[in-house]
Amino acid sequence: MRKVSFPYVGNATITFKKLMNAFGNEVVLPRRPTEETLSLGTKYSPEFACLPFKIVLGTYIEALEAGADTLVSTGGVGPCRAGLYTTLHEKILKSLGYEFEMITLEPPGRHLKELIASIKKLVNKRLSFADYYRIIRFAWKELQLLDKAEKLSHKIRPLEVKKGETTKTYRKCAELIAQARDYKDLLEIEREIELLYERIEKKDYDPLKIGIVGEIYVVIEPAANLEIEEMLGDLGVYAERSMFLASYTFYNAVMDLLRMPGERDVKKLASPYFKEMCGGHGRESVGNAILFAKRGFDGVIQLSPFTCIPEIVAKSILPKVCAKYDIGFLSVTLDEQTGKEGLRTRIEAFVDLLAAKRKHKEANKKGDVVYGALFGN
Amino acid sequence: MKIGVPRALAYYAYYPFINTFFEELGLEVVVSDPTSKEIIDEGVEDAVADACVPVKLFHGHVKNLMGRVDYIFVPRLIRVNSEATFCPKFLGLPDMLACSIENLNNMLEVRIDIAKGKRQLFSLCLSVARKLNKGFFKAWNAYRKAKESLEKYKLDFLKGAIPPLGIGVQEKKAEVKLGVVGYPYLLYDPYVSLDVIGKLVRMGAYVVTPEMVPETEKRKYARRLRKMLFWTFSNSVLRTAFHFMETKLVDGIIHVTAFGCGPDFIVDKIMELEAKEKNVPFLTVAFDEHTGQEGVNTRLEAFVDMLKRRKVKEAIVV
Repeated sequence: MRKVSFPYVGNATITFKKLMNAFGNEVVLPRRPTEETLSLGTKYSPEFACLPFKIVLGTYIEALEAGADTLVSTGGVGPCRAGLYTTLHEKILKSLGYEFEMITLEPPGRHLKELIASIKKLVNKRLSFADYYRIIRFAWKELQLLDKAEKLSHKIRPLEVKKGETTKTYRKCAELIAQARDYKDLLEIEREIELLYERIEKKDYDPLKIGIVGEIYVVIEPAANLEIEEMLGDLGVYAERSMFLASYTFYNAVMDLLRMPGERDVKKLASPYFKEMCGGHGRESVGNAILFAKRGFDGVIQLSPFTCIPEIVAKSILPKVCAKYDIGFLSVTLDEQTGKEGLRTRIEAFVDLLAAKRKHKEANKKGDVVYGALFGN
Repeated sequence: MKIGVPRALAYYAYYPFINTFFEELGLEVVVSDPTSKEIIDEGVEDAVADACVPVKLFHGHVKNLMGRVDYIFVPRLIRVNSEATFCPKFLGLPDMLACSIENLNNMLEVRIDIAKGKRQLFSLCLSVARKLNKGFFKAWNAYRKAKESLEKYKLDFLKGAIPPLGIGVQEKKAEVKLGVVGYPYLLYDPYVSLDVIGKLVRMGAYVVTPEMVPETEKRKYARRLRKMLFWTFSNSVLRTAFHFMETKLVDGIIHVTAFGCGPDFIVDKIMELEAKEKNVPFLTVAFDEHTGQEGVNTRLEAFVDMLKRRKVKEAIVV
């Protein structure tokens, strides 16, 4: 039996595990990335590799040490370099003396044949069409539920009366979802999640709203972004991220096959400033920032790994766009040296500024004259 | 009418074409000044902090041209062949400039997507000429002359000369032969790369760059990796390196790269692993706006000395 492992991506790891199990593979569950994982990855990565590359390399090494013999990851068609990561990871790991097979899942639009061949390698069990349908429906629902639980937690965390309650509830939800066996379970859990969140005691006020845009891995994986969403929630800010795994998978796997470009409105919004697709999520970052501004958010935070090319392009465009739409902007670059406290200071200052700006705006609306306003005029 | 051409990025790969084309159209071509401290400083001031030096330099060169010309030519390079594109920073270059540099309103942005070859190139040239109010025949004429000029430029390289650095055909008798691989905008900008190639030539080495290896040779290694790289310049660099390692045409390879270069971390690591396997001496030199002259000199001298000694040793063993 194949012993499969894969990169750790937030809670979706659970879904992948179940998916792989259902296809008849043994799974070596990747560990949640820790400092150790990162330093392991950094040790064997090239200097200018981006943070996701290093974290994933560290995760692979841990998984291989734990006995995995097959690694599964996604590919891509560029021009973002992430599409070549599996190639380089494989080379580096082989040069370290590990023996394993690397399976790359390419997007179906241009590599349908390769994708089918890779999936065939991963299916080690006789499955009927009904089985496939069942497995895929279950996995899809699970992904959606995980995203839902997370979205709710972001909405409720800034409103909670007792600090830490939401985080606890969220962990509980994730656990519940992890235990689900079939589709019916999931439906029940969905109701339970809503109930659990309802039970949290909430304050009634309008929190500051901050949108999070940026490169997908550091946006989605809390271990890579130093739990920035929790940090913001604890400061009483509603943070919404632009990307979730379920919708991302949908646009890039299913829509790609149908040759329909996903997230059309986001791209359209970005196009006056960002005329060309340049890979990664650079263009989406700009488009989503505008979308957040239009929805009345107070600020945008861009998360990008150091040396991420598409985000560098986005970073040079975002300040101007955000100024035009009158929305606060903070760019956070993450690498293995980024410290949590330094980030917290920056975030706190940013939130303070946004709060002052909002106060100022409200005061202006009422027609009062504001004297000595520190921020803006 | 005056047209400004920034002396940065793709300029070094295609300048004979660009310059000849605009000249033949009857425009006055103003190339920005050779890179200097002022130009780097100007670029660093406006460009986003995480960008690599070449991109910052492009900002500097554009600022150098501002106020002096009617149009500033800014290419958006997308594809020049069907197999690869360019670094995302090339794709987003005009967008970055428009947001980073204030009062830049005379940018002649040209979207270059000519994957299908000559016919597409000509229709692109024609549309640029139309934008500048020039007719069909003038455009055709300019296009032909420009192509000739680029062919000649490429041929000079194949003969063993390095025209952008003013190095004539090199003597093949040199003691050591060095493969110097890297992107044209680093190799052929003597200021930012601290004249690496010039130094090596003066040390008595015969330098081979990716442009000096015929395209047909490079193509042989296209399938060497399971997955082709996405970037045109990177493919050229990597294939050249494979060619050197396979044929042992050179005694050692120097990779010239920019600090924080996105594609290069993949290219560099693959070359490093491959060189180790094939036992070919390999050195990486990374440049940014702060790189010091002496540190680079020391490393280059040490590398060349090592190669010389290695050769002597091999000769004794044989």
